[in-house]
Amino acid sequence: MIKIADAFQNGKAFIPFITCGDPDLETTRKLVCAMVENGADLIELGIPFSDPTAEGPVIQGANLRALSNGCTTDDIFALAKTLRQEDGLTVPMVFMTYANVVYHYGTEKFCARAAEAGMQGLILPDVPFEEKGDFAPACRKYGLELVSLIAPTSQHRIKTIAADAEGFVYCVSSLGVTGVRSQITTDVAAMVRLVKEGKDIPACIGFGISNPETARKMAQSADGVIVGSAIVRLIGQYGRDAVEPVSRFVKEMKDAIRDL
Amino acid sequence: MSNGRFGIHGGQYIPETLMNAVIELEDAYNHFKDDPQFQAELHELFTNYANRPSNLYYAEKMTKDLGGAKIYLKREDLNHTGAHKINNALGQALLAKKMGKTRLIAETGAGQHGVATATVAAYMGMECDVYMGKLDMERQALNVFRMRLMGARVHGVETGTATLKDAVSECMREWTNRIADTHYLLGSCMGPHPFPTIVRDFQAVISQEMKQQILEAEGRLPDVVMACVGGGSNAIGSFYHFIDDKDVKLIGCEAAGRGIDTWETAATINTGSLGIFHGMKSYFCQDEYGQIAPVYSISAGLDYPGVGPEHAWLHDIGRAEYVGVTDEEAVCAFEYLSRTEGIIPAIESAHAVAHALKIAPTMGKDQIIVITLSGRGDKDCAAMARYRGEELYDD
Repeated sequence: MIKIADAFQNGKAFIPFITCGDPDLETTRKLVCAMVENGADLIELGIPFSDPTAEGPVIQGANLRALSNGCTTDDIFALAKTLRQEDGLTVPMVFMTYANVVYHYGTEKFCARAAEAGMQGLILPDVPFEEKGDFAPACRKYGLELVSLIAPTSQHRIKTIAADAEGFVYCVSSLGVTGVRSQITTDVAAMVRLVKEGKDIPACIGFGISNPETARKMAQSADGVIVGSAIVRLIGQYGRDAVEPVSRFVKEMKDAIRDL
Repeated sequence: MSNGRFGIHGGQYIPETLMNAVIELEDAYNHFKDDPQFQAELHELFTNYANRPSNLYYAEKMTKDLGGAKIYLKREDLNHTGAHKINNALGQALLAKKMGKTRLIAETGAGQHGVATATVAAYMGMECDVYMGKLDMERQALNVFRMRLMGARVHGVETGTATLKDAVSECMREWTNRIADTHYLLGSCMGPHPFPTIVRDFQAVISQEMKQQILEAEGRLPDVVMACVGGGSNAIGSFYHFIDDKDVKLIGCEAAGRGIDTWETAATINTGSLGIFHGMKSYFCQDEYGQIAPVYSISAGLDYPGVGPEHAWLHDIGRAEYVGVTDEEAVCAFEYLSRTEGIIPAIESAHAVAHALKIAPTMGKDQIIVITLSGRGDKDCAAMARYRGEELYDD
């Protein structure tokens, strides 16, 4: 059985995010396969939402493109199933989307379909620790791990959140929304230490990581790095021809952290 | 279940980055709301700066013309800045100042809340950034000018539908970007806890005064209290002190746009369904996959796909009734009140007036309706002229 923990068996984990359906689902499928081939250890599949309040302009644009192309949650369940059954992918995969996409679909129904499609977890950036109760029971019932996020502002909340976390802890590197950043000023090592004090669980850094140097720096103090906007930007730029540049980028990133 | 619930509605569905900020806000509010000095300062601001209490005006000509219930207008349009929004802006800005914040950010639809926030920022010497949909900036150019005149920076939001919901989203994004010195002065009784409660409490001065004024004028409570509902702040302020008075009927008037049976509507309770968005569980206009719908209303202030969680709850328990009012009905009411009483209402408030035009004639002469006139209509004149096919300015 595939578990999120599998992602951390191959050195530091490289975790790419892509928005499903941008520019179309066939391209998403090719991109996911190519990213796995080039070293991705866990895949975050974004289900587009009309009003993604935690995203910067790059991923907002991807959400808009996917939705304008008519991509739906049901289409994405079908895509995940294809990736597992036809493409034979064995890396863990999690959905990243917003509370309403899950809640309005029916949390129970959503979790059942996600598990059936071969997903291992769920990330909801607008569901903090206090509101997990809406989603955690259904996730547990269907064997999905609900990934918790911590932020530079979390401070004393970190240990509490980590103690109750599943899969891995998503450490948000910086204030603000997702997007490429020139530098990260937060003391991520301190964040990760607090996570580990709460629970022995993998901690991954995301938000603003866009090049091998930053990835390597971040991975020195964490178990993995998450990269979204830098990849989504390539997809926005190259569209259906993004497979080659994205493959190259993923390989570079994984190579930069592989030996740590 | 988490804090700040109204039945199943409400909660705090926000990124972790903002959690400590809302917890800090809640702690500060709980401390200051019972602090006599804070209340005294707020009262002073309400009285000497905002021109409270606002009149409860007997609309005699309208009453006679309609031939039914006696109609009173709660004149929030006479407040400084011309709308009820100043009540909440003063309250929250004072709170923010006590918390040591030096910068206010706010979303705005029609521009009334942005103007109120720019006003208090100027008054209190705070930095101010207002986020406003590009489309709304065009619809409400006068208010954009007013905000800038008072020193606020106005940022056009071009994402999504470029209206109020996108301005709220952009404010939430900006707040995650700069938290330490910044207070998000949310303008309606919506968003994550504690905002729906804070905004309700600062707007509750409307029903507090209204109750006292109607008792003085009529010696009894009204039969109906009505107000327009977008997010619902003037309505919740108008309803609050009457919620336990079961004989007072509470009616919220939603913007039906081109009709609740069309896609071009913003009548959330009439057409929406349960969801989680902008920090709260409530009713939203959305599709089967939970994608938020691009709502429409002629009124920029009611053009929002959700509704405050306390309204959702008042609807669930049947305590308040929510009706849809179309653009055409609202524009007719805008013209009617101007002609009949010499009072030009905001197009938002005209939605409540429009429903009164329907129900007052069906009620007895011994019955009383109070309509909250949430704002004045100067800002809407150009758009109303355009609606009737006349251009006031050469763009």
